[in-house]
Amino acid sequence: MSLLEIKNLKKYFATQKAVDDISFSLEKGSIFGLLGPNGAGKTTLIRMITGIFYPDEGEILLDGKKFDPVNDVGQIGYMPEERGLYKKMKIGEQAVYLAQLKGLSKSEAIERVKHWFIKFEMQSWWNKKIEDLSKGMGQKLQFVTTVLHEPKLIILDEPFSGLDPVNSNLIKDEINNLSKRGATIIFSTHRMEQVEEICDHIVLVNKGKKILDGSVAEVKQQFKENLYNIGLDQIPSSFSQQFFEVIGKKENSLVIKINHGFRSNDVLQYFIQQNINVASFNEMLPSLNDIFIKLVEGTPLSRQFQSVTA
Amino acid sequence: MKKIGLVIQREYLTRVKKKSFLLTTILVPIVIIGFYAAIIAISVSGTSTSQKIAVIDEDSLFNGKIDKAKDDLSSYTFVQNETEQSFRNKYKSQNYTTFLYVPKFAIANPSGIRIHSQSAISLSEKIKIEETVNKAIEAKRMFGSQIDPEKYKAIYSNISIDNPIDSENGEKKSVAGVAYGVSFAAGILIYMILLIYGMMVMRGVMEEKMNRIAEVIVSSIKPFQLMLGKIIGIGAVGLTQFSIWIILVFVLQLVIPLIFPGLFHQMAAHGAAAQAAQQGGPQNMLALVSEGIKSLPLGLMVFCFIFYFLGGYLIYASLFAAVGSAVSEDQQEAQQLTFPIMMPIILGFVIMTKAVNDPNSSLAIFGSLFPLTSPIVMMGRIAYSPPAWQIILSMIFLILGFLFFTWLTAKIYRTGILMYGKKASWKEMWKWAFKK
Repeated sequence: MSLLEIKNLKKYFATQKAVDDISFSLEKGSIFGLLGPNGAGKTTLIRMITGIFYPDEGEILLDGKKFDPVNDVGQIGYMPEERGLYKKMKIGEQAVYLAQLKGLSKSEAIERVKHWFIKFEMQSWWNKKIEDLSKGMGQKLQFVTTVLHEPKLIILDEPFSGLDPVNSNLIKDEINNLSKRGATIIFSTHRMEQVEEICDHIVLVNKGKKILDGSVAEVKQQFKENLYNIGLDQIPSSFSQQFFEVIGKKENSLVIKINHGFRSNDVLQYFIQQNINVASFNEMLPSLNDIFIKLVEGTPLSRQFQSVTA
Repeated sequence: MKKIGLVIQREYLTRVKKKSFLLTTILVPIVIIGFYAAIIAISVSGTSTSQKIAVIDEDSLFNGKIDKAKDDLSSYTFVQNETEQSFRNKYKSQNYTTFLYVPKFAIANPSGIRIHSQSAISLSEKIKIEETVNKAIEAKRMFGSQIDPEKYKAIYSNISIDNPIDSENGEKKSVAGVAYGVSFAAGILIYMILLIYGMMVMRGVMEEKMNRIAEVIVSSIKPFQLMLGKIIGIGAVGLTQFSIWIILVFVLQLVIPLIFPGLFHQMAAHGAAAQAAQQGGPQNMLALVSEGIKSLPLGLMVFCFIFYFLGGYLIYASLFAAVGSAVSEDQQEAQQLTFPIMMPIILGFVIMTKAVNDPNSSLAIFGSLFPLTSPIVMMGRIAYSPPAWQIILSMIFLILGFLFFTWLTAKIYRTGILMYGKKASWKEMWKWAFKK
């Protein structure tokens, strides 16, 4: 059963259709990548899912029930892109305060904050103020406050910005752990290599509309161009066949595109017949980065203002 | 509701726990009272040490006997066989601080009487010497006109006239002077509260927006809850601060006379100096003031003060919160945007200064009904016992105003705190407020 289901969601602002009829659903325990160029409507979409905005039209179902922003906030953990903390407040107090706002009792909140601080080796920070922290340390704290109340749905907007590789890995592991324990995670970023590494499922939005939806593997299959990398002991000077075209040539390898109607075995057979030893043979799947650029390219970088008639 | 409680608690505690809160709360009244005491002490200084005054009486005005003013501590000594010119160089070496020179003069037109001193004498000292001389001249004139001084005392008149207020509950005493002072003070107090705590709310909202915590918080609670929690929390800080100030003022009133026993005598002398033209001493003044205060509708005033404090604060705090939410980067922007809010406060203050002089003018009545000015103006009128219907109407308008402005500002606030990087104009804020 899906944890979150979004049906025909719309949100129009005075000058823009920020979210224009988007639907998708999320399986429980999955890590979901919400991708899109700047100004595509991701933040507006997320704000509707977190209950900050009301949709103009459409429906959000959380755990099969209609999403109720007032009572369901405890189920959601949100780390916005524009994030911060009270600078003058002590770190421990702040984490406890934010947990209490999510509906935890004070004693419960203190216990969990302590648990997480030990996990992230932050125990000695309790009485420090936010203004004393480095940006990376602040990010870690922000992550802790987002997941402290054990939400079913965790929404992370650019969670790794400002983190060094060590701390990035720490958070990455924690995201995986949370998902294994049943939390569903929405992950919004521009860093495609992170999406490939972490996400099971992606949705790409552009100009307020969904333009791509599927698992990472499916999407790659969908956009593959039948490109293969083939390693050969010796490269013949010319090829006379109809199976493939040579796209690129290196010392001991070729990049080929298999023509429509043929399979990889046809290619291998050809080289075997030619008595050329095949050292390696890999399918070259497009990276998400390539897919992203391909789909978004040509659309203006920032959205033009448009008049809304609805 | 529980979550608003958490917000209130945080807003309150983070402010009250600050060292600067404790410092300003305790230091401000001490500084104000200390300043006031210092002014009095300086202006009357010199009178506490009794002066030695030499008198050259060429006219025999005093007949060798000085009838000193009531609280004049100085000692007067007659000096014979000296002239104004000859004594000028000598009185200092003879340990006199001052000398009074009375030449021969026509009793109908006294002139040429002079007080010589090394440095300027204090105002109160001068008034005392003048009073002494005037008394002597009066006595001499009475003698010349063959008026019996006892008879004159019986004839002399200096009365004050009552201004009773006729209401349905019978007559009430009115003491215009006291009502004036109390009204003015109450009006200024409300004016300051609106400004100081309104600004505090605005800074709090700006802090939340600029630290980028607003979005984190509003994913847990409604923006309106956050705004209301902040307003109530800071209002509670204000009430705490005022309670501490009131307690401190009482304590200081008890403690200061113990530390500076002479001070009250000096203050009385100061009062006497200011009132020297009138007969009757400081005791009469004090009696008048305390009687005046008794005649004021105190219960009503305290109730109204609390009501208008809360109502006015809530309206203006929500307006300031809306402005704070629209500011995106710096203080300067905030200043530009607060200007339209400052206008009605200042307008209220101006109307209030008029209203304490003429509490029943149509301007004063308008000002005390209009919810953006009524907290200040009505406090300026309340000591004059305005008609009940005006008070009730004003309160109803204030409540309606509060509901309207919180409804309006909550919508601006909701949009504003999530807008980054762009300065909002009043036109845009208007759109945020009235969009669906």
